Amino acid sequence: MKARVTVTLKNGVLDPQGKAIEGALGSLGFDGIASVRQGKVFDIEVEGNDAGKAKAELEAMAARLLANTVIENYRVEIVG
Amino acid sequence: MKSAVVVFPGSNRERDMIAAIEKISGHRPVTVWHGDHDLPKVDLIVIPGGFSYGDYLRSGAIAAREPIMAAIAREAERGVAVLGVCNGFQILCEAGLLPGVLMRNAGLKFICKEVHLRVETTASQFTNGYTKGQVIRSPVAHGDGNYRADDETLKRLNDEDRIAFRYVDNPNGSIDDIAGILSEKRNVLGMMPHPENLIEPLNGGLDGRPLFEAALKAVA
Repeated sequence: MKARVTVTLKNGVLDPQGKAIEGALGSLGFDGIASVRQGKVFDIEVEGNDAGKAKAELEAMAARLLANTVIENYRVEIVG
Repeated sequence: MKSAVVVFPGSNRERDMIAAIEKISGHRPVTVWHGDHDLPKVDLIVIPGGFSYGDYLRSGAIAAREPIMAAIAREAERGVAVLGVCNGFQILCEAGLLPGVLMRNAGLKFICKEVHLRVETTASQFTNGYTKGQVIRSPVAHGDGNYRADDETLKRLNDEDRIAFRYVDNPNGSIDDIAGILSEKRNVLGMMPHPENLIEPLNGGLDGRPLFEAALKAVA
């Protein structure tokens, strides 16, 4: 079973990397960008086929390691 | 007095730390490896700087989940003094022994220079060798030193007099100019600057020395 955990910065948390990327996109001539926020994606293959159990485990993994919930939010999806 | 310096794969400031503690206390600290489950009985535990696990995921994130950290948490709970410098501060935050988190420097650049710190509280076994408001010199060398905490945490840190050091001229965007903080019980100190690199005339100054003298005296 394939799962995806997406980690993004919480609103209001300063993202200097996102700002730098935003600037570089502007330098390349891409107009009309309001803002860029950088995040992380984890593609995780889980053994077995109990989607409910996998999701609960992945939520725990995200909360305990993949995201730092002081500054980040996470979203868990079973993708196939 | 006995002390331990904890080493993770990618730590690189442990030698400076060991040399500083040995020079000041006359006793060589025990070196503890990250995979150990137990600590020797010591009075001071130090997590030195470096790039544990190559800063993968987030600085300090992997090291914070290593077996030795559970032992450090137990000792800290018992009141044993714990000092985390630079990557050590990041690890203590990731492990939940200190609140908040250290993010990428606001200017995105790695900063390696000397800064000035203001001693904000003398009410701890690490800072009682200074005077309140004293400005000291200290080297910094970090890419992720930008301290962040939510408003409630920040208010608590201020109300409980747990901000140990502030930058006089903030180099990394840290909220409220925070350079170092204390735990609720005041026996855990995390700080980005490197006091261990300013302890003898050969280093160009002695400003870091009172921190170690006080910490080592407290446990002697």
